[in-house]
Amino acid sequence: MAEPALSIRGLTKVYGNGFQALKGIDLDVAQGDFYALLGPNGAGKSTTLGVVCSLVQKTAGKVSIFGIDIDKDFAKAKYHLGVVPQEFNFNQFEKVIDIVLAQAGYYGMSRREALPRAEELLRDLGLWDKRNGSARMLSGGMKRRLMIARALMHRPKLLILDEPTAGVDIELRRSMWEYMRRINEKEGTTIILTTHYLEEAESLCRRVGIINHGEIIRDTSVRDLLAELDTETFLLDLAHPLEDAPAIDGFDVRKSDDAQLAVMVHRGQRLNDVFDALGQQGIEVVSMRNRANRLEEMFVSMVEEGQKSAKSDQEARS
Amino acid sequence: MNANQIAIALWTLVSKEIRRFTRIWPQTLLPPSITMTMYFIIFGNLIGSRIGAMDGYSYMDFIVPGLIMMAVITNSYSNVASSFFSNKFQRSVEEMMVSPMPNWVILAGFVLGGMARGLGVGVIVTCVSLFFTRIDVAHPLLTIVVVVLTAALFAIGGFINALLGKKFDDISIVPTFVLTPLTYLGGVFYSISLLPAFWQGASMLNPILYMVNVFRYGFLGVSDIPVGWALTAILGFIVVLFGIALWMLDNGKGIRS
Repeated sequence: MAEPALSIRGLTKVYGNGFQALKGIDLDVAQGDFYALLGPNGAGKSTTLGVVCSLVQKTAGKVSIFGIDIDKDFAKAKYHLGVVPQEFNFNQFEKVIDIVLAQAGYYGMSRREALPRAEELLRDLGLWDKRNGSARMLSGGMKRRLMIARALMHRPKLLILDEPTAGVDIELRRSMWEYMRRINEKEGTTIILTTHYLEEAESLCRRVGIINHGEIIRDTSVRDLLAELDTETFLLDLAHPLEDAPAIDGFDVRKSDDAQLAVMVHRGQRLNDVFDALGQQGIEVVSMRNRANRLEEMFVSMVEEGQKSAKSDQEARS
Repeated sequence: MNANQIAIALWTLVSKEIRRFTRIWPQTLLPPSITMTMYFIIFGNLIGSRIGAMDGYSYMDFIVPGLIMMAVITNSYSNVASSFFSNKFQRSVEEMMVSPMPNWVILAGFVLGGMARGLGVGVIVTCVSLFFTRIDVAHPLLTIVVVVLTAALFAIGGFINALLGKKFDDISIVPTFVLTPLTYLGGVFYSISLLPAFWQGASMLNPILYMVNVFRYGFLGVSDIPVGWALTAILGFIVVLFGIALWMLDNGKGIRS
């Protein structure tokens, strides 16, 4: 069996002020996977990725990248790793082309090898026309794409993206998703991303890990996680306004506004029964959608449960 | 990384540093040239003509090596201190940290960049001095060795300062309150033989005195202190400070949480 792209065992991080950010995390990400690491702010996502990228010193535990233990040969492991951090971390006064070429140089790539690669990436990411301009003149979205181009210069097999689409407009976000999908599917690059956009994780990723209070509370496939969802709320847009919400046997139906119904559907119930009942009452539905992103509902309930149990543990101890 | 890859990584860093200080030449190359020209005009020409000979040389000839060395020291130091600290501040140091570059290459890259600026400014100041006096170099090889070693030593010092610095003030404290007084008291403008015995002894604790004197020996053939001793001291400082800087990098001091 192939080595995991990333393997983490018992990863612990205690900061100088005594705060324990990671409490013995175990995590495996398979080669070729598209993995989302989710969690509320301060849960430990960036610390975990920081250790993998050598930006944070671990307190204990073992991290391997494609089977290479970072404690034994971090330099070799780093060749497989590309990193797109959450915050802009390039010299804003340098030219775009110089930033990507310098990164290639740090990996020992000759200029002859790096120039065509830089052109390929900058063209793919819509930055070629800006190559001779100073990085500070780029828009926020362009700066994010520059960091992606920089991270891919040395053709890493594992790409880590820490909130890559934060603050990016919808159109650009979709084009970045397309690009990430392409390098995952066509080039086989393993991708790990953290995001606050649950829609992003649901749309892009095959597996998801949820981290809270420095512990992985779930590590499963997106499909399995969504299958656990007990209840979904659908919003039905009606052709004509209603005075009162109609009664449908076995379903909780409420009015969201005059021409919209919110219907809660539990696992095992059929949506067809809702439409049949509405049809019998002469109510015409013109469109339908989920009230909230499904993964988001799941995530919020898990994090809330985690917070409740942490609070009750604390109360029990005090 | 193999030797070829290391050479590429090192050159990437050095060329980036050279590009940086040449891009902002009005901040990096021009001010020291103007300051030193002022020193030559005021101390060398106007006041120096009234001072008379120093160690058997005209005052202008006496101060030229000291002023060149002063420019090399301050520019080597401040180039690395400000450049590496800016990298820390803008977090672009992470570009290097996530790469497979060994820490010694990162250190050497910044030090060589700092040396390039220090020596570049040294050449500019030397050229300026030619407008005021004729320079004869008594020991050319020794002169070059000393100035290169001194530039290396202070570039490493600047790197340690940048690693320890938490805010921009921290990288100006050492140049202002340590480096400048030690340079002025390091025999740039006078021979320590002019001092009373006690202050002569106290001056011997100033490391910059050794560098200025050996450099002056290279130019003029006169020195207040033994040349071999001074060279050994400079080399010793380089080895110790390089070791400290590398240990700090390896342990992530000032750059890793």
